[in-house]
Amino acid sequence: MLNQYFFDSFLIPGLIIIAQILAVVVPVLICVAFLVYSERKVLALIQLRRGPNIVGPFGLLQSFADALKLLTKENIIPSGSNKFVFLLAPIITMVLSLAGWAVIPFAPGLVVSDINVGIMYLFAVSSLGVYGVIMAGWASNSKYPFLGALRSAAQMVSYEVSIGFVIITVLLCVGSLNLTKIVEAQQTVWFAIPLLPMFVIFFISALAETNRLPFDLPEDESTLVAGFFTEYSSSSFVLFFLAEYASMILMSSMTVILFMGGWLPPFDIYPLNVVPGIVWFTLKVIFILFLFIWVRATFPRYRYDQLMRLGWKVFLPFSLLWVVVTSGFLVIFDKLPS
Amino acid sequence: MKEIEVNSTTINFGPQHPAAHGVLRLVVELDGEVVERAEPHIGLLHRGTEKLIEYKTYLQAVPYFDRLDYVSPMCQEHAFALATENLLNIEVPERAKYIRVIFAEITRILNHLLNVPAYAADIGAVTPFLWCFEEREKLLEFHEAVSGARFHAAYFRPGGVHQDMPEGMEDRLYKHINTLPKFVDDLEDLLTNNRILRQRSVDIGIISKSEAIEWGCTGPVLRSAGVAWDLRRSQPYDAYDKVNFDVPIGKKGDCFDRYLVRIEEIRQSISIIKQCINQIKPGEIAINDNKITPPKRKQMKKSMESLIHHFKLFTEGYRVPNGETYFAVEAPKGEFGVFLVSDGSSKPYRCKIRAPGFAHLQALDFLSRGHLMADIAAILGSLDIVFGEVDR
Repeated sequence: MLNQYFFDSFLIPGLIIIAQILAVVVPVLICVAFLVYSERKVLALIQLRRGPNIVGPFGLLQSFADALKLLTKENIIPSGSNKFVFLLAPIITMVLSLAGWAVIPFAPGLVVSDINVGIMYLFAVSSLGVYGVIMAGWASNSKYPFLGALRSAAQMVSYEVSIGFVIITVLLCVGSLNLTKIVEAQQTVWFAIPLLPMFVIFFISALAETNRLPFDLPEDESTLVAGFFTEYSSSSFVLFFLAEYASMILMSSMTVILFMGGWLPPFDIYPLNVVPGIVWFTLKVIFILFLFIWVRATFPRYRYDQLMRLGWKVFLPFSLLWVVVTSGFLVIFDKLPS
Repeated sequence: MKEIEVNSTTINFGPQHPAAHGVLRLVVELDGEVVERAEPHIGLLHRGTEKLIEYKTYLQAVPYFDRLDYVSPMCQEHAFALATENLLNIEVPERAKYIRVIFAEITRILNHLLNVPAYAADIGAVTPFLWCFEEREKLLEFHEAVSGARFHAAYFRPGGVHQDMPEGMEDRLYKHINTLPKFVDDLEDLLTNNRILRQRSVDIGIISKSEAIEWGCTGPVLRSAGVAWDLRRSQPYDAYDKVNFDVPIGKKGDCFDRYLVRIEEIRQSISIIKQCINQIKPGEIAINDNKITPPKRKQMKKSMESLIHHFKLFTEGYRVPNGETYFAVEAPKGEFGVFLVSDGSSKPYRCKIRAPGFAHLQALDFLSRGHLMADIAAILGSLDIVFGEVDR
């Protein structure tokens, strides 16, 4: 009797949850591997090079070879470091960048957990990412990582504020924190069109949030060597590396869900709307990721204070203003979602 | 409350640092991110070039000059060749003069095509670096065609140049040079009007006219401060008095001006090379004096005298009359000077080298004070420092 109860209410649901987690995490990690490959390939094309082309056909297995190489290397822990925190930091970063995927709807109903505060959850998880960075910088007990971590903390905090306001604008138009509802609200028009300035601000903030060029100050190669993960090697470095790319994909998915209609086809007409939603979703994410890489190949890097100025003096007032404008518009024309 | 004095952070910027050019070691004192002091430590690449030259004949000394600023080898050979010719009191044939100017200008383009993208890479833009390397490689093929070496050419020799340009090279060079302006345009599209690049370089590391002169700055650094001083114009050597070119100057003397001056110098060099190719005529490429330049291979097989000359030249070298001279050329990085003292033997008694980078590096401290840590990389890149010539 007890056995049956245990079986029904713990084991089966537990197994289902683990299966769901694996069903999301494994494809995400494979995507990360191919994102790294495609980034190197796109960068190479822009820089008139060939890019990886030795390992596997067209170099497709390059990322796997790299990962294998890194994992088999010795994990060097600096003698002056705080070992516990030093090893905890990459784990936290990795876990957080994967945790966000729990609420991402890939297609109608295709989501691990369809919670009503989905967007808040995503926001919270991506904000926590800064802790991994700070812990890594502090625990390394070295100057370059420490400076990198300080910069990163300041940067992530300042851009989160404007991301918050951007999300509020979208929420005003939807009336729900549920990500599936947010996508469904874009049936008529993607939010990227009426809220274009917010879309741009969100994309730029996403670059800053994921520490990508032109905002990759925490790992500013020309001054801080490799920033907060200077002292990391082997598998702990792999975790940081994977986390950076996983959170890149996560931020792109967030952009797609908030502004580009998630799994919805661009027009609700015959040949387009028979394509499965997940295909549209993937295509849109790939487009945003391409923008990430394109920006990386084109732009120089901002300086620390300029980045702060852009965040606090340009994006923050502008997004705040847009919140007021959007809500005013919705109230005046009586379009507030019920 | 007890007052605690907070010490500034000291950071070792280099010698093994991705942004330190070569083997520069900078000891940087930081107050937060603001630079309080940046002290360059030099000498990590010291090879005793000047002393070594005292034990080599004048001809054997030439390759040492390639290895000073290894990004612009031919311009340094140029200075040494001209200084030696000054002591010998000889003048090289017309064609040699033009060839020298053509290759000095190719070297200038090569240097700027390295420095401009290296500067961009220092502030985060990597793509121009790879673009420029392809262009550099194409130009280096011309280096290779005349001298057999991509970098360490040993091509300009006292008395002329080592050998004539291969047949048809003038046309090929002209054709290739015509494609360069398009490339420079592309490069500028990516950099000049980029807002981030401007924010990172305008008003960074400003040097005023008088400061630039006091610190001994030359070349693009001096010109960016607004001083129209170019040795090619003020005391033209070789064929520079026969070509027209502009001397670009900056207004403010900040990193952006230095960048713009270099870009414009590339364009001027292209025009100089074209004029030279149009004016150059067939003729001798070295003075016809077998006491200084080796005889032709053909002659050597026939004439005993030539064989003796050849033997004497490559064992003892030529004797240079007593005297001393200073000759400076406008190298891509600035005034590159050679001070030669001869005691009448076949080896220089003393050879002092004036490297432009040395003077620029000492200005780094006052240029970067009060700026942020990230600006050091930008300022360093814009000064165009190569350690081969600073440490000698």
